[in-house]
Amino acid sequence: MREITLDNLDDIARGAGILGTGGGGDPYIGKLLAREAIRRHGPVRVVDIDEVPADATVVPISGMGAPTVLLERVPNGGEELAALRALEKHIGRPATHLAPIEIGGVNSMLPIACAAQAGLPIVDGDAMGRAFPEAQMVLPGLIGVTNSPMALADDKGNTIIVDAVDNHAAETIARAVCVERGCQISCADTVMRGDQLADGLVPATLTLAERLGAAVRTARSEHSDPVGAARAMLDGIPLLTGKVVDVSRRTEGGFARGRAVIEGITDDAGRTLELDFQNEHLLATRDGATVATTPDLICVLDSETGEPVTTEGLRYGLRVSVLAAPCDPRWTSPGGLALAGPRYFGYEVDYLPFGG
Amino acid sequence: MRIGIDVGGTNTDAALLGDDDRVISAVKSPTTPDITSGVTAAIRDLDPPFHQVTAVMIGTTHFLNALIEGARLAPVAAVRLGLPATAALPPMTDWPERQRAAVGGHGYLCHGGREFDGRPLSPLDPDELRRTAADIAAKGLRSVAVSSVFSPVAEDDERRAAEILRGELGDGVHISLSHELGRIGLLARENATIINAALRDLAAQIVESFGKALAEVSITAPFFLSQNDGTLMDVDFARMYPVATFASGPTNSMRGAAFLSGLADCAVVDVGGTTADVGILQGGFPREAAGESEAAGIRTNFRIPDVLSLGIGGGSLVAPDGGTGPRSVGYRLTEEALVFGGSTLTATDLAVAAGRADIGDRARVAHLEREFVDRALARIAERLAESVDRMRTSAAPLPVVAVGGGSVLVPETLPGFDDVRLPGNFGVANAVGAAIAQVGGEVDRVFQVPEGRRASVLAQAREEAVGRAEDAGARRGSVRVVDIEEVPLAYLPGGATRIRVKAVGDLDLNHIKTGATAHA
Repeated sequence: MREITLDNLDDIARGAGILGTGGGGDPYIGKLLAREAIRRHGPVRVVDIDEVPADATVVPISGMGAPTVLLERVPNGGEELAALRALEKHIGRPATHLAPIEIGGVNSMLPIACAAQAGLPIVDGDAMGRAFPEAQMVLPGLIGVTNSPMALADDKGNTIIVDAVDNHAAETIARAVCVERGCQISCADTVMRGDQLADGLVPATLTLAERLGAAVRTARSEHSDPVGAARAMLDGIPLLTGKVVDVSRRTEGGFARGRAVIEGITDDAGRTLELDFQNEHLLATRDGATVATTPDLICVLDSETGEPVTTEGLRYGLRVSVLAAPCDPRWTSPGGLALAGPRYFGYEVDYLPFGG
Repeated sequence: MRIGIDVGGTNTDAALLGDDDRVISAVKSPTTPDITSGVTAAIRDLDPPFHQVTAVMIGTTHFLNALIEGARLAPVAAVRLGLPATAALPPMTDWPERQRAAVGGHGYLCHGGREFDGRPLSPLDPDELRRTAADIAAKGLRSVAVSSVFSPVAEDDERRAAEILRGELGDGVHISLSHELGRIGLLARENATIINAALRDLAAQIVESFGKALAEVSITAPFFLSQNDGTLMDVDFARMYPVATFASGPTNSMRGAAFLSGLADCAVVDVGGTTADVGILQGGFPREAAGESEAAGIRTNFRIPDVLSLGIGGGSLVAPDGGTGPRSVGYRLTEEALVFGGSTLTATDLAVAAGRADIGDRARVAHLEREFVDRALARIAERLAESVDRMRTSAAPLPVVAVGGGSVLVPETLPGFDDVRLPGNFGVANAVGAAIAQVGGEVDRVFQVPEGRRASVLAQAREEAVGRAEDAGARRGSVRVVDIEEVPLAYLPGGATRIRVKAVGDLDLNHIKTGATAHA
């Protein structure tokens, strides 16, 4: 993929929904924003990580907040660009490339909209390879790239620079600002040089999202198996195909946590899968045994259509297929697991090596 | 005595119910292009004691059909309060070209609106609204849709903007306000509001046609239109909120099925000529679709029943291998089906061949092999059962009620469902559903739920919903809460929770507030 045009936005959004592992927000509004930006400013050029010059200034772009708010208080459209400009002013040099901070959900779309407006190329890669809920949960943190300075912008034109002592502090400050500014802000942060991208980003994830979305779409139009197509694209393993029979939710520590129980049907009849989620699907337990954990990807797809099912969309009677896919190997290092392993999320379970 | 009428695209069904709620008579007659004559014909066929009729309840698909065709729609000025937010996606951004052209595509962005917690997003600017009104007047637009960010949390800005616009544009202008029509989700709610505004002129005509039809048969009792959620709106309300009738067809069928079978919790399979619609009744009301829905390719978020449609109906074509549907002979069933002397093998022919139905000339299907007929019908039963299973909300046993003209296709038991019922008057369940409609009220907003205060916040929401139902004409004491939904907002601390409560009660004919708003 050398360009993002109006024609491949749908596929990228669908694929990003799957890579969002149940979280990351519905890419719908993001897709409309990217579409309007491309209509006005033209297609976005995509460059591979190894094409980016060593001294390039690469700025990841994202939105922070509640997906419900995004659906209601639709963006002004200039927020990401405002955050980018504030950051450029603060660091004293212009960005040469933009990148997604996460490929899952709505944050796959906002940097595309921003790149179209700024006339900058976007790097084919992201800092998570999936969706995670907090700003410090990014791979560049593992190689010493800080998320400060972090530029935040709201829909009124206000911008804020956060210069925090560490990445966790930046997350908590940004989150407080986010709530104060109406629960939806835009961020430009985690600035990287071109020569840091190979270590800091998961490569080719925009392309992966597009291929994943296209594979599901094609399988559906050919009446073949869209879930199988997604699984093949992700090198995933099937955990269970069944029917959601119970969903419980509670608010805990500011997060919507919950658990879904899925009863197997056809080949999986007699088996049960339990999914624990907190914005994203984080833990899968089959017949009492842990079979997949964060940071590996646990993707829930509609069995018939292959469309991603968000944690908010889980409900009784839904026919779903649950897949596990390997995360980027850097996430399974001690540092990676400290950031996004099951214990960070409060589960009394160790990371289970993929497929183990 | 009440009359329920369902004006569908093909048939107008009518039912007369006594004060004891028993069905006295029921008829089906063809829908006519002018509406009036079809409705009068149906009522005359019912042969009611005209002076004893106390109310007439009508369900209609007219407004939805007008939107799908993109015809008979008025041009609309869509005024959104939300600047500096929301500018990226102006009104009607995501509309199909036909509908956008039909309403003219006039969008205006103004200041105003709220944050999720009710704080002002930006102050309303009266001068800006006056300038907007001048442009609306210059374009000759007479119908205005006002939407405001987070108006389900705080509606004041929409109301103030409406006052200012009305002051400039005069009393003749139609103004539709988004907080009365939809839920959280600005674009979807705004879309519903624009559609409503575009239908206001048509609504006045349709209401007049219904009034004329009743006058022609000398019925002076009040009439009501049924809404998507199975509750009623009076005539003034119908003129103002036509979009709220969009999904009343399936709702009325399901409510009628509940009533005729005496079951408040069941699955309903409504089999027509082309499709079978499967829905779930909870406490006598259809379970509603969770998120957004589409009407004519436009995303909206008003309350509609959660219905799964599959392409199996009485007119479905049967393939040589026994597969049935999704193609159908539709309304030409009485010409094309074998039992009616036609040459097309339809699902109805299968039912007659198997001895399940006595329709047309049975001799014309005598040549069909029994094994083929049984296999094809068994496959239909399996697919219906699968759909019911997909829709049900728990693993507990669930009775299934079959209604609609094509329900002869539903056998006495379905795989996995032992209790299948075909109630009397099943063919006019939708008209019966209209006749028994109640009055409702709803709350849907983001509440702050501090630690330990959940119970009192929920109690407050319930009380508001009950109050809204009473305001809309429900008899005090008859109102009960039928649905509560709580969804905590993700990625946020502070306990902000979206709470939705729906309450319904019996219609109190003596205490209807004209034009009362039943909506959150």
